[in-house]
Amino acid sequence: MTLRSHGCGSAACALSMVNRRKKKEESSLAETAAPELRPLVPYLTLGETRDKDFLNGSRCTKCNTNYVGPRLYCSKCSSEGPFEPIRLSPEGEVHVWTIIHQATPYVQAPYIAAIVDLPEGVSVNTNIVGIEPKPENMNFGMKVKMFTEKVSEDREGNSYVAYRFQPA
Amino acid sequence: MREVAVIGVSMIKFGRYPDRDVSQLAAQAGHEALRDAGVEMKAIESLYSGNLYATSGSGQRILQQMGQTGIPVINVANACATGSTAFREAYFAIASGAYDIVMAVGSEQMGKQGLLGSRGDPATSLEGRVGSYMMPAVFGMAGMEHSKQYGTQQEHFALASVKNHFHSTQNPLAQYQRESPLDEVMNGRMIAYPNTLLMCCPTGDGAAAAILCSMDKARQYTTQPIKVAASVLTSDPYTDRDLTLPDINTLTRNAARIAYEQAGIGPEDLSQVELHDCFATAELLHYENLGLCEEGMAGKHIASGAPWIGNRIPTKYQEDVAPFQDKTYKPKTTTVVNASGGLLSKGHPLGATGVANIAEIVWHLRGQAGARQVEGSKVGMAHVIGLCSACTLNILQK
Repeated sequence: MTLRSHGCGSAACALSMVNRRKKKEESSLAETAAPELRPLVPYLTLGETRDKDFLNGSRCTKCNTNYVGPRLYCSKCSSEGPFEPIRLSPEGEVHVWTIIHQATPYVQAPYIAAIVDLPEGVSVNTNIVGIEPKPENMNFGMKVKMFTEKVSEDREGNSYVAYRFQPA
Repeated sequence: MREVAVIGVSMIKFGRYPDRDVSQLAAQAGHEALRDAGVEMKAIESLYSGNLYATSGSGQRILQQMGQTGIPVINVANACATGSTAFREAYFAIASGAYDIVMAVGSEQMGKQGLLGSRGDPATSLEGRVGSYMMPAVFGMAGMEHSKQYGTQQEHFALASVKNHFHSTQNPLAQYQRESPLDEVMNGRMIAYPNTLLMCCPTGDGAAAAILCSMDKARQYTTQPIKVAASVLTSDPYTDRDLTLPDINTLTRNAARIAYEQAGIGPEDLSQVELHDCFATAELLHYENLGLCEEGMAGKHIASGAPWIGNRIPTKYQEDVAPFQDKTYKPKTTTVVNASGGLLSKGHPLGATGVANIAEIVWHLRGQAGARQVEGSKVGMAHVIGLCSACTLNILQK
Protein backbone atom coordinates (compact mmCIF):
# COMPACT_ATOMS: atom_id res chain seq x y z
CA MET A 1 0.00 0.00 0.00
CA THR A 2 2.89 2.38 0.50
CA LEU A 3 3.67 4.59 -2.43
CA ARG A 4 6.87 6.25 -3.43
CA SER A 5 7.19 9.14 -1.04
CA HIS A 6 7.08 11.49 -4.00
CA GLY A 7 7.41 11.50 -7.71
CA CYS A 8 11.10 12.00 -8.27
CA GLY A 9 12.19 8.36 -7.99
CA SER A 10 14.22 6.59 -5.37
CA ALA A 11 17.69 7.63 -6.50
CA ALA A 12 16.74 11.27 -6.27
CA CYS A 13 15.26 10.63 -2.83
CA ALA A 14 18.54 9.12 -1.80
CA LEU A 15 20.42 12.19 -2.99
CA SER A 16 18.12 14.57 -1.20
CA MET A 17 18.41 12.54 2.01
CA VAL A 18 22.17 12.80 1.83
CA ASN A 19 21.97 16.54 1.23
CA ARG A 20 19.53 17.03 4.08
CA ARG A 21 21.71 15.04 6.44
CA LYS A 22 24.71 17.15 5.48
CA LYS A 23 22.74 20.30 6.09
CA LYS A 24 21.60 19.01 9.45
CA GLU A 25 25.16 18.28 10.51
CA GLU A 26 26.28 21.73 9.43
CA SER A 27 23.41 23.45 11.18
CA SER A 28 23.99 21.53 14.41
CA LEU A 29 27.48 23.01 14.52
CA ALA A 30 26.16 26.53 14.46
CA GLU A 31 24.31 27.16 17.73
CA THR A 32 21.60 29.40 16.32
CA ALA A 33 21.02 28.59 12.67
CA ALA A 34 19.05 31.27 10.88
CA PRO A 35 15.72 30.04 9.47
CA GLU A 36 16.04 29.02 5.84
CA LEU A 37 13.86 29.07 2.77
CA ARG A 38 13.84 25.53 1.39
CA PRO A 39 12.27 23.82 -1.63
CA LEU A 40 9.65 21.22 -0.60
CA VAL A 41 10.97 18.82 -3.25
CA PRO A 42 14.58 18.27 -4.35
CA TYR A 43 13.67 18.88 -7.98
CA LEU A 44 12.64 22.48 -7.34
CA THR A 45 15.55 24.95 -7.57
CA LEU A 46 14.97 28.22 -5.75
CA GLY A 47 16.16 31.47 -7.31
CA GLU A 48 16.68 34.91 -5.75
CA THR A 49 12.97 35.60 -6.05
CA ARG A 50 10.00 33.31 -6.62
CA ASP A 51 9.75 34.22 -10.30
CA LYS A 52 13.30 32.81 -10.75
CA ASP A 53 12.41 29.36 -9.33
CA PHE A 54 12.45 26.42 -11.73
CA LEU A 55 12.04 22.65 -11.82
CA ASN A 56 15.24 20.75 -12.44
CA GLY A 57 15.80 17.48 -14.18
CA SER A 58 18.50 15.27 -15.57
CA ARG A 59 19.17 13.57 -18.87
CA CYS A 60 20.77 10.16 -19.25
CA THR A 61 23.49 10.74 -21.84
CA LYS A 62 23.42 7.02 -22.76
CA CYS A 63 19.77 6.68 -23.78
CA ASN A 64 18.56 10.31 -23.72
CA THR A 65 15.81 9.61 -21.20
CA ASN A 66 14.88 12.67 -19.18
CA TYR A 67 14.03 12.54 -15.50
CA VAL A 68 12.57 14.90 -12.96
CA GLY A 69 15.25 15.73 -10.39
CA PRO A 70 18.72 14.30 -9.99
CA ARG A 71 19.47 10.63 -10.70
CA LEU A 72 22.24 8.18 -9.80
CA TYR A 73 21.32 5.55 -12.40
CA CYS A 74 18.94 5.20 -15.33
CA SER A 75 15.90 3.00 -14.63
CA LYS A 76 15.28 2.68 -18.37
CA CYS A 77 18.71 1.61 -19.68
CA SER A 78 20.26 0.66 -16.29
CA SER A 79 23.39 2.70 -17.04
CA GLU A 80 25.12 5.10 -14.66
CA GLY A 81 24.64 7.88 -17.15
CA PRO A 82 26.47 10.20 -16.84
CA PHE A 83 23.56 12.53 -16.24
CA GLU A 84 23.43 16.04 -17.53
CA PRO A 85 21.36 18.57 -15.54
CA ILE A 86 18.45 20.09 -17.43
CA ARG A 87 16.08 22.91 -16.69
CA LEU A 88 12.43 21.87 -17.07
CA SER A 89 9.91 24.08 -18.81
CA PRO A 90 7.38 25.90 -16.61
CA GLU A 91 4.68 25.20 -19.20
CA GLY A 92 2.89 21.91 -19.61
CA GLU A 93 -0.34 20.06 -20.33
CA VAL A 94 -2.68 18.24 -17.95
CA HIS A 95 -2.44 14.50 -18.64
CA VAL A 96 -4.98 13.37 -16.02
CA TRP A 97 -6.60 14.86 -12.97
CA THR A 98 -8.79 14.00 -10.04
CA ILE A 99 -10.58 16.08 -7.47
CA ILE A 100 -9.68 15.13 -3.92
CA HIS A 101 -12.55 15.61 -1.51
CA GLN A 102 -11.22 13.57 1.40
CA ALA A 103 -7.87 15.18 2.15
CA THR A 104 -5.19 14.86 4.76
CA PRO A 105 -6.05 17.08 7.78
CA TYR A 106 -3.77 20.06 7.06
CA VAL A 107 -4.94 20.42 3.45
CA GLN A 108 -8.08 22.19 2.39
CA ALA A 109 -10.42 20.11 0.20
CA PRO A 110 -11.70 19.84 -2.42
CA TYR A 111 -8.66 20.46 -4.57
CA ILE A 112 -7.45 19.34 -7.99
CA ALA A 113 -4.55 16.87 -8.06
CA ALA A 114 -3.09 16.23 -11.49
CA ILE A 115 -0.28 14.79 -13.54
CA VAL A 116 1.20 17.44 -15.83
CA ASP A 117 3.28 16.48 -18.85
CA LEU A 118 6.20 18.80 -19.60
CA PRO A 119 7.69 19.30 -23.09
CA GLU A 120 10.89 17.49 -22.02
CA GLY A 121 8.92 14.21 -21.94
CA VAL A 122 8.68 14.03 -18.17
CA SER A 123 5.67 14.47 -15.94
CA VAL A 124 5.12 15.84 -12.46
CA ASN A 125 2.54 15.47 -9.74
CA THR A 126 0.96 18.78 -8.85
CA ASN A 127 -2.01 20.74 -7.60
CA ILE A 128 -3.90 22.77 -10.18
CA VAL A 129 -5.06 26.04 -8.68
CA GLY A 130 -6.89 29.08 -9.99
CA ILE A 131 -9.92 27.06 -11.13
CA GLU A 132 -12.90 25.98 -9.09
CA PRO A 133 -12.39 22.23 -8.45
CA LYS A 134 -15.28 20.86 -10.49
CA PRO A 135 -15.11 18.15 -13.19
CA GLU A 136 -16.78 20.43 -15.75
CA ASN A 137 -13.95 22.96 -15.39
CA MET A 138 -11.26 20.44 -16.25
CA ASN A 139 -10.02 19.29 -19.65
CA PHE A 140 -7.46 16.69 -20.62
CA GLY A 141 -4.59 18.38 -22.41
CA MET A 142 -5.37 21.74 -20.79
CA LYS A 143 -2.40 24.16 -20.96
CA VAL A 144 -0.99 25.10 -17.57
CA LYS A 145 1.90 27.20 -16.22
CA MET A 146 4.01 26.68 -13.12
CA PHE A 147 4.48 29.10 -10.25
CA THR A 148 5.90 28.69 -6.76
CA GLU A 149 4.85 29.85 -3.33
CA LYS A 150 5.59 29.31 0.31
CA VAL A 151 3.34 26.54 1.63
CA SER A 152 4.52 25.68 5.13
CA GLU A 153 6.85 26.40 8.01
CA ASP A 154 8.47 23.95 10.43
CA ARG A 155 9.08 24.31 14.17
CA GLU A 156 12.53 25.81 13.64
CA GLY A 157 11.00 28.53 11.51
CA ASN A 158 12.24 27.22 8.17
CA SER A 159 9.89 27.95 5.28
CA TYR A 160 9.08 25.54 2.45
CA VAL A 161 8.34 26.50 -1.12
CA ALA A 162 6.26 24.28 -3.43
CA TYR A 163 5.42 24.51 -7.11
CA ARG A 164 1.87 24.52 -8.40
CA PHE A 165 0.28 24.93 -11.80
CA GLN A 166 -2.49 27.23 -12.97
CA PRO A 167 -4.25 27.64 -16.33
CA ALA A 168 -1.87 29.25 -18.81
CA MET B 1 8.98 -28.50 -11.42
CA ARG B 2 6.33 -30.65 -9.77
CA GLU B 3 2.58 -30.13 -10.00
CA VAL B 4 1.21 -28.33 -6.95
CA ALA B 5 -2.26 -28.67 -5.42
CA VAL B 6 -4.24 -26.63 -2.91
CA ILE B 7 -5.83 -29.11 -0.48
CA GLY B 8 -7.20 -26.80 2.18
CA VAL B 9 -8.31 -23.17 2.47
CA SER B 10 -9.95 -20.85 4.96
CA MET B 11 -10.87 -17.24 5.48
CA ILE B 12 -12.22 -15.63 8.62
CA LYS B 13 -14.97 -13.09 8.14
CA PHE B 14 -13.32 -9.77 7.34
CA GLY B 15 -14.28 -6.91 9.63
CA ARG B 16 -13.03 -5.31 12.81
CA TYR B 17 -11.63 -7.30 15.69
CA PRO B 18 -10.51 -4.70 18.25
CA ASP B 19 -10.37 -7.33 21.01
CA ARG B 20 -8.08 -9.74 19.19
CA ASP B 21 -4.44 -9.75 18.22
CA VAL B 22 -3.59 -10.14 14.52
CA SER B 23 -1.67 -13.37 15.24
CA GLN B 24 -4.85 -14.80 16.74
CA LEU B 25 -6.79 -13.93 13.61
CA ALA B 26 -4.08 -15.53 11.49
CA ALA B 27 -3.87 -18.63 13.72
CA GLN B 28 -7.62 -19.13 13.42
CA ALA B 29 -7.33 -19.02 9.64
CA GLY B 30 -4.40 -21.45 9.74
CA HIS B 31 -6.21 -23.83 12.07
CA GLU B 32 -9.35 -23.81 9.92
CA ALA B 33 -7.31 -24.46 6.76
CA LEU B 34 -5.69 -27.48 8.44
CA ARG B 35 -9.15 -28.79 9.34
CA ASP B 36 -10.37 -28.15 5.81
CA ALA B 37 -7.43 -30.17 4.45
CA GLY B 38 -7.65 -32.87 7.11
CA VAL B 39 -3.99 -32.28 7.95
CA GLU B 40 -2.26 -32.09 11.35
CA MET B 41 -0.03 -29.15 12.21
CA LYS B 42 2.93 -31.51 12.61
CA ALA B 43 2.65 -32.46 8.92
CA ILE B 44 3.35 -28.86 7.83
CA GLU B 45 6.98 -28.51 6.77
CA SER B 46 7.22 -24.75 6.27
CA LEU B 47 5.13 -21.61 6.84
CA TYR B 48 4.87 -18.54 4.58
CA SER B 49 3.30 -15.62 6.39
CA GLY B 50 2.12 -12.49 4.60
CA ASN B 51 1.56 -9.44 6.78
CA LEU B 52 2.32 -5.86 5.83
CA TYR B 53 2.13 -3.92 9.09
CA ALA B 54 3.59 -6.52 11.50
CA THR B 55 6.14 -7.86 8.99
CA SER B 56 8.99 -9.17 11.10
CA GLY B 57 8.03 -12.23 13.12
CA SER B 58 4.42 -12.34 11.93
CA GLY B 59 4.69 -16.04 11.06
CA GLN B 60 6.51 -17.01 14.25
CA ARG B 61 3.75 -15.34 16.26
CA ILE B 62 1.17 -17.44 14.38
CA LEU B 63 3.02 -20.61 15.39
CA GLN B 64 3.21 -19.39 18.99
CA GLN B 65 -0.60 -19.37 18.85
CA MET B 66 -1.23 -22.62 16.99
CA GLY B 67 1.73 -24.95 17.30
CA GLN B 68 5.47 -24.33 17.69
CA THR B 69 6.78 -27.21 15.64
CA GLY B 70 10.06 -25.49 14.88
CA ILE B 71 9.57 -25.40 11.11
CA PRO B 72 11.13 -22.72 8.88
CA VAL B 73 9.09 -19.51 8.72
CA ILE B 74 9.33 -16.98 5.92
CA ASN B 75 7.72 -13.59 6.54
CA VAL B 76 6.61 -11.77 3.43
CA ALA B 77 5.72 -8.14 2.71
CA ASN B 78 4.84 -7.00 -0.80
CA ALA B 79 2.29 -4.17 -0.56
CA CYS B 80 -1.27 -5.35 -1.31
CA ALA B 81 0.21 -8.43 -3.00
CA THR B 82 1.68 -9.57 0.34
CA GLY B 83 -0.60 -12.59 0.89
CA SER B 84 -0.47 -13.73 -2.71
CA THR B 85 3.34 -13.44 -2.72
CA ALA B 86 3.43 -15.65 0.41
CA PHE B 87 1.23 -18.12 -1.49
CA ARG B 88 3.60 -18.03 -4.45
CA GLU B 89 6.61 -18.70 -2.22
CA ALA B 90 4.71 -21.69 -0.78
CA TYR B 91 3.95 -22.83 -4.32
CA PHE B 92 7.65 -22.75 -5.26
CA ALA B 93 8.61 -24.64 -2.11
CA ILE B 94 6.45 -27.54 -3.28
CA ALA B 95 7.10 -27.20 -7.02
CA SER B 96 10.86 -27.28 -6.47
CA GLY B 97 10.60 -30.51 -4.50
CA ALA B 98 11.97 -28.94 -1.30
CA TYR B 99 8.82 -29.81 0.68
CA ASP B 100 5.68 -31.90 0.23
CA ILE B 101 3.21 -29.94 2.33
CA VAL B 102 3.32 -26.30 3.45
CA MET B 103 1.05 -23.53 4.69
CA ALA B 104 0.54 -19.95 3.46
CA VAL B 105 -1.24 -17.46 5.71
CA GLY B 106 -2.16 -13.86 4.97
CA SER B 107 -3.28 -11.55 7.75
CA GLU B 108 -3.71 -7.88 8.62
CA GLN B 109 -5.17 -5.73 11.32
CA MET B 110 -5.81 -2.20 10.11
CA GLY B 111 -8.42 -1.16 12.65
CA LYS B 112 -10.33 1.97 11.84
CA GLN B 113 -7.36 3.98 10.66
CA GLY B 114 -8.09 5.18 7.19
CA LEU B 115 -5.37 5.43 4.62
CA LEU B 116 -5.86 9.14 4.66
CA GLY B 117 -3.90 10.05 7.76
CA SER B 118 -1.00 12.42 7.29
CA ARG B 119 2.44 10.85 7.36
CA GLY B 120 5.57 12.33 8.80
CA ASP B 121 6.07 15.99 9.59
CA PRO B 122 3.13 18.04 8.25
CA ALA B 123 5.55 20.91 7.50
CA THR B 124 7.48 18.93 4.90
CA SER B 125 4.80 16.53 3.64
CA LEU B 126 4.10 16.70 -0.09
CA GLU B 127 0.62 15.24 0.23
CA GLY B 128 -1.96 17.74 -0.98
CA ARG B 129 0.72 20.36 -1.69
CA VAL B 130 2.43 18.78 -4.69
CA GLY B 131 -0.48 16.68 -5.91
CA SER B 132 -1.71 13.62 -4.04
CA TYR B 133 0.05 10.30 -3.56
CA MET B 134 -2.60 8.40 -1.67
CA MET B 135 -4.51 5.51 -3.16
CA PRO B 136 -7.78 7.39 -3.83
CA ALA B 137 -5.86 9.86 -6.00
CA VAL B 138 -3.87 7.16 -7.81
CA PHE B 139 -6.95 5.14 -8.70
CA GLY B 140 -9.06 8.21 -9.43
CA MET B 141 -6.46 9.28 -11.98
CA ALA B 142 -6.07 5.74 -13.37
CA GLY B 143 -9.81 5.78 -14.07
CA MET B 144 -9.57 9.24 -15.63
CA GLU B 145 -6.89 7.96 -18.01
CA HIS B 146 -9.42 5.39 -19.24
CA SER B 147 -12.07 8.09 -19.61
CA LYS B 148 -9.59 10.19 -21.55
CA GLN B 149 -8.78 7.36 -23.95
CA TYR B 150 -12.20 5.77 -24.37
CA GLY B 151 -14.81 8.16 -23.03
CA THR B 152 -15.70 5.88 -20.13
CA GLN B 153 -18.30 7.56 -17.91
CA GLN B 154 -18.43 7.70 -14.13
CA GLU B 155 -21.54 5.49 -14.27
CA HIS B 156 -19.62 2.70 -16.00
CA PHE B 157 -17.15 2.61 -13.13
CA ALA B 158 -20.00 2.86 -10.61
CA LEU B 159 -21.55 -0.31 -12.09
CA ALA B 160 -18.59 -2.31 -10.74
CA SER B 161 -19.67 -1.19 -7.27
CA VAL B 162 -23.32 -2.10 -7.98
CA LYS B 163 -22.29 -5.56 -9.23
CA ASN B 164 -19.87 -6.37 -6.44
CA HIS B 165 -22.17 -5.19 -3.67
CA PHE B 166 -24.92 -7.27 -5.27
CA HIS B 167 -22.65 -10.34 -5.26
CA SER B 168 -21.66 -9.72 -1.62
CA THR B 169 -25.19 -10.28 -0.35
CA GLN B 170 -24.53 -14.02 -0.77
CA ASN B 171 -21.11 -13.98 0.93
CA PRO B 172 -21.40 -14.33 4.73
CA LEU B 173 -17.62 -13.75 5.07
CA ALA B 174 -17.72 -10.31 3.45
CA GLN B 175 -17.21 -7.26 5.66
CA TYR B 176 -20.27 -5.62 4.07
CA GLN B 177 -23.20 -7.52 2.58
CA ARG B 178 -25.38 -4.67 1.49
CA GLU B 179 -26.64 -3.89 -2.01
CA SER B 180 -26.09 -0.44 -3.49
CA PRO B 181 -28.17 0.55 -6.52
CA LEU B 182 -26.59 2.86 -9.10
CA ASP B 183 -28.13 6.10 -7.78
CA GLU B 184 -26.89 5.36 -4.27
CA VAL B 185 -23.36 4.79 -5.57
CA MET B 186 -23.44 7.91 -7.75
CA ASN B 187 -24.89 10.13 -5.03
CA GLY B 188 -22.51 8.90 -2.36
CA ARG B 189 -19.92 11.18 -0.77
CA MET B 190 -17.16 11.95 -3.26
CA ILE B 191 -13.72 10.69 -2.20
CA ALA B 192 -11.53 11.32 -5.25
CA TYR B 193 -13.28 11.87 -8.58
CA PRO B 194 -14.70 9.70 -10.10
CA ASN B 195 -14.76 7.34 -7.09
CA THR B 196 -17.44 7.95 -4.47
CA LEU B 197 -17.40 6.30 -1.04
CA LEU B 198 -19.10 3.11 -2.26
CA MET B 199 -16.52 2.85 -5.05
CA CYS B 200 -13.68 2.56 -2.51
CA CYS B 201 -12.86 -0.59 -0.56
CA PRO B 202 -13.06 -0.43 3.22
CA THR B 203 -10.14 -0.99 5.59
CA GLY B 204 -10.44 -3.74 8.15
CA ASP B 205 -9.00 -6.82 9.82
CA GLY B 206 -8.86 -10.35 8.48
CA ALA B 207 -6.92 -13.50 7.76
CA ALA B 208 -6.94 -16.36 5.27
CA ALA B 209 -4.86 -19.49 4.83
CA ALA B 210 -4.10 -22.22 2.31
CA ILE B 211 -2.47 -25.64 2.57
CA LEU B 212 -0.40 -26.58 -0.49
CA CYS B 213 0.78 -30.08 -1.32
CA SER B 214 2.50 -31.88 -4.14
CA MET B 215 -0.14 -33.23 -6.53
CA ASP B 216 1.14 -36.81 -6.18
CA LYS B 217 0.52 -36.72 -2.42
CA ALA B 218 -2.65 -34.59 -2.53
CA ARG B 219 -5.02 -37.52 -3.01
CA GLN B 220 -4.04 -38.89 0.39
CA TYR B 221 -5.91 -35.94 1.85
CA THR B 222 -8.68 -34.99 -0.54
CA THR B 223 -10.76 -36.19 -3.45
CA GLN B 224 -10.82 -32.66 -4.83
CA PRO B 225 -7.25 -31.36 -5.11
CA ILE B 226 -7.15 -27.98 -6.87
CA LYS B 227 -4.24 -27.61 -9.26
CA VAL B 228 -2.14 -24.45 -9.28
CA ALA B 229 -1.85 -24.07 -13.05
CA ALA B 230 0.12 -20.81 -12.95
CA SER B 231 1.66 -18.63 -10.28
CA VAL B 232 3.13 -15.38 -11.51
CA LEU B 233 4.63 -12.25 -9.96
CA THR B 234 5.71 -9.13 -11.84
CA SER B 235 7.02 -5.69 -10.92
CA ASP B 236 6.55 -2.51 -12.90
CA PRO B 237 8.69 -2.20 -16.02
CA TYR B 238 9.89 1.25 -17.06
CA THR B 239 7.04 3.27 -18.53
CA ASP B 240 6.94 6.95 -19.33
CA ARG B 241 4.96 8.32 -16.41
CA ASP B 242 5.36 5.64 -13.79
CA LEU B 243 7.48 7.74 -11.46
CA THR B 244 4.64 10.20 -11.12
CA LEU B 245 1.51 8.21 -11.92
CA PRO B 246 1.91 4.59 -10.84
CA ASP B 247 1.19 2.36 -13.82
CA ILE B 248 -1.14 -0.40 -12.64
CA ASN B 249 -1.74 -1.69 -16.17
CA THR B 250 1.54 -2.74 -17.75
CA LEU B 251 2.67 -5.09 -14.99
CA THR B 252 -0.79 -6.72 -14.89
CA ARG B 253 -0.66 -7.25 -18.66
CA ASN B 254 2.81 -8.75 -18.38
CA ALA B 255 1.64 -11.07 -15.60
CA ALA B 256 -1.42 -12.12 -17.62
CA ARG B 257 0.68 -12.99 -20.66
CA ILE B 258 2.98 -15.18 -18.58
CA ALA B 259 0.15 -16.78 -16.59
CA TYR B 260 -1.90 -17.76 -19.66
CA GLU B 261 1.22 -19.24 -21.23
CA GLN B 262 2.10 -21.21 -18.07
CA ALA B 263 -1.43 -22.57 -17.73
CA GLY B 264 -1.85 -23.17 -21.47
CA ILE B 265 -5.20 -21.38 -21.53
CA GLY B 266 -6.66 -18.06 -22.62
CA PRO B 267 -8.98 -15.60 -20.90
CA GLU B 268 -11.99 -17.20 -22.61
CA ASP B 269 -11.28 -20.40 -20.63
CA LEU B 270 -11.65 -18.67 -17.26
CA SER B 271 -14.91 -19.45 -15.46
CA GLN B 272 -14.22 -16.69 -12.98
CA VAL B 273 -11.72 -14.15 -11.71
CA GLU B 274 -11.25 -12.53 -8.33
CA LEU B 275 -9.53 -9.29 -9.32
CA HIS B 276 -8.14 -6.37 -7.38
CA ASP B 277 -11.05 -3.91 -7.21
CA CYS B 278 -9.56 -1.71 -4.49
CA PHE B 279 -11.49 1.05 -6.27
CA ALA B 280 -14.31 0.67 -8.80
CA THR B 281 -12.16 2.31 -11.48
CA ALA B 282 -9.53 -0.44 -11.09
CA GLU B 283 -12.00 -3.22 -11.84
CA LEU B 284 -12.74 -1.89 -15.32
CA LEU B 285 -9.06 -1.36 -16.18
CA HIS B 286 -8.28 -4.94 -15.21
CA TYR B 287 -10.99 -6.36 -17.55
CA GLU B 288 -8.76 -5.13 -20.35
CA ASN B 289 -5.45 -5.88 -18.63
CA LEU B 290 -6.49 -9.51 -18.14
CA GLY B 291 -7.97 -9.82 -21.63
CA LEU B 292 -11.54 -10.37 -20.40
CA CYS B 293 -12.75 -7.83 -22.96
CA GLU B 294 -11.28 -5.96 -25.92
CA GLU B 295 -9.33 -2.71 -25.48
CA GLY B 296 -11.55 0.19 -24.48
CA MET B 297 -14.61 -2.03 -24.05
CA ALA B 298 -14.60 -2.30 -20.24
CA GLY B 299 -17.57 0.05 -19.81
CA LYS B 300 -19.64 -1.87 -22.35
CA HIS B 301 -18.49 -5.15 -20.85
CA ILE B 302 -19.78 -4.48 -17.35
CA ALA B 303 -23.05 -3.08 -18.71
CA SER B 304 -23.52 -6.19 -20.91
CA GLY B 305 -23.97 -8.36 -17.83
CA ALA B 306 -21.13 -10.74 -18.77
CA PRO B 307 -19.04 -10.40 -15.56
CA TRP B 308 -22.08 -10.69 -13.27
CA ILE B 309 -22.98 -14.03 -11.63
CA GLY B 310 -25.27 -15.78 -14.14
CA ASN B 311 -23.79 -13.57 -16.92
CA ARG B 312 -26.77 -11.24 -16.84
CA ILE B 313 -27.88 -8.01 -15.20
CA PRO B 314 -30.36 -8.83 -12.40
CA THR B 315 -33.91 -7.81 -13.38
CA LYS B 316 -34.15 -5.13 -10.68
CA TYR B 317 -31.10 -3.31 -12.08
CA GLN B 318 -31.92 -3.63 -15.78
CA GLU B 319 -33.57 -0.24 -16.01
CA ASP B 320 -30.59 1.48 -14.32
CA VAL B 321 -28.05 -0.23 -16.56
CA ALA B 322 -29.93 0.14 -19.89
CA PRO B 323 -28.67 3.69 -20.72
CA PHE B 324 -25.07 2.44 -20.53
CA GLN B 325 -25.56 -0.67 -22.63
CA ASP B 326 -24.54 -1.15 -26.21
CA LYS B 327 -26.91 -3.75 -27.68
CA THR B 328 -24.45 -4.51 -30.46
CA TYR B 329 -21.64 -5.38 -28.01
CA LYS B 330 -20.66 -9.06 -28.00
CA PRO B 331 -18.73 -9.95 -24.83
CA LYS B 332 -15.40 -11.66 -25.52
CA THR B 333 -15.67 -13.75 -22.33
CA THR B 334 -18.35 -14.86 -19.89
CA THR B 335 -15.86 -14.88 -17.02
CA VAL B 336 -17.64 -13.94 -13.78
CA VAL B 337 -15.71 -11.25 -11.91
CA ASN B 338 -15.59 -10.92 -8.13
CA ALA B 339 -18.34 -13.36 -7.18
CA SER B 340 -17.21 -12.83 -3.57
CA GLY B 341 -18.27 -9.19 -3.66
CA GLY B 342 -14.72 -8.11 -4.36
CA LEU B 343 -12.57 -5.92 -2.17
CA LEU B 344 -15.31 -3.29 -2.41
CA SER B 345 -17.59 -5.39 -0.18
CA LYS B 346 -15.45 -8.19 1.17
CA GLY B 347 -12.93 -5.72 2.60
CA HIS B 348 -9.21 -5.39 2.05
CA PRO B 349 -7.08 -6.23 5.08
CA LEU B 350 -3.91 -5.84 3.03
CA GLY B 351 -1.90 -9.00 3.81
CA ALA B 352 -5.00 -11.22 3.97
CA THR B 353 -6.42 -10.27 0.57
CA GLY B 354 -4.17 -12.36 -1.68
CA VAL B 355 -4.84 -15.61 0.16
CA ALA B 356 -8.56 -14.88 0.61
CA ASN B 357 -8.93 -14.52 -3.18
CA ILE B 358 -7.43 -17.98 -3.60
CA ALA B 359 -9.77 -19.44 -0.97
CA GLU B 360 -12.74 -17.97 -2.85
CA ILE B 361 -11.69 -19.54 -6.15
CA VAL B 362 -11.06 -22.91 -4.46
CA TRP B 363 -14.57 -22.94 -2.94
CA HIS B 364 -16.13 -22.31 -6.36
CA LEU B 365 -14.03 -24.99 -8.07
CA ARG B 366 -15.13 -27.46 -5.37
CA GLY B 367 -18.77 -26.37 -5.74
CA GLN B 368 -18.86 -25.11 -2.13
CA ALA B 369 -19.60 -21.42 -2.69
CA GLY B 370 -23.25 -21.60 -1.62
CA ALA B 371 -25.73 -19.13 -3.10
CA ARG B 372 -22.99 -17.22 -4.95
CA GLN B 373 -21.66 -20.37 -6.67
CA VAL B 374 -20.50 -19.78 -10.24
CA GLU B 375 -22.19 -22.71 -11.98
CA GLY B 376 -19.82 -25.31 -13.34
CA SER B 377 -16.70 -23.32 -12.46
CA LYS B 378 -13.65 -25.16 -13.81
CA VAL B 379 -10.82 -22.60 -13.97
CA GLY B 380 -10.39 -19.50 -11.86
CA MET B 381 -7.84 -16.74 -11.51
CA ALA B 382 -6.87 -14.67 -8.48
CA HIS B 383 -5.35 -11.28 -9.26
CA VAL B 384 -3.76 -8.84 -6.84
CA ILE B 385 -1.85 -5.65 -7.41
CA GLY B 386 0.13 -3.79 -4.81
CA LEU B 387 1.36 -0.29 -5.53
CA CYS B 388 4.97 0.52 -6.16
CA SER B 389 4.30 -2.15 -7.70
CA ALA B 390 3.72 -5.88 -7.50
CA CYS B 391 1.20 -7.95 -9.44
CA THR B 392 0.41 -11.58 -8.68
CA LEU B 393 -1.74 -13.90 -10.76
CA ASN B 394 -2.60 -17.41 -9.66
CA ILE B 395 -4.60 -19.67 -11.97
CA LEU B 396 -6.38 -22.55 -10.24
CA GLN B 397 -7.88 -25.53 -11.99
CA LYS B 398 -10.27 -28.25 -10.95
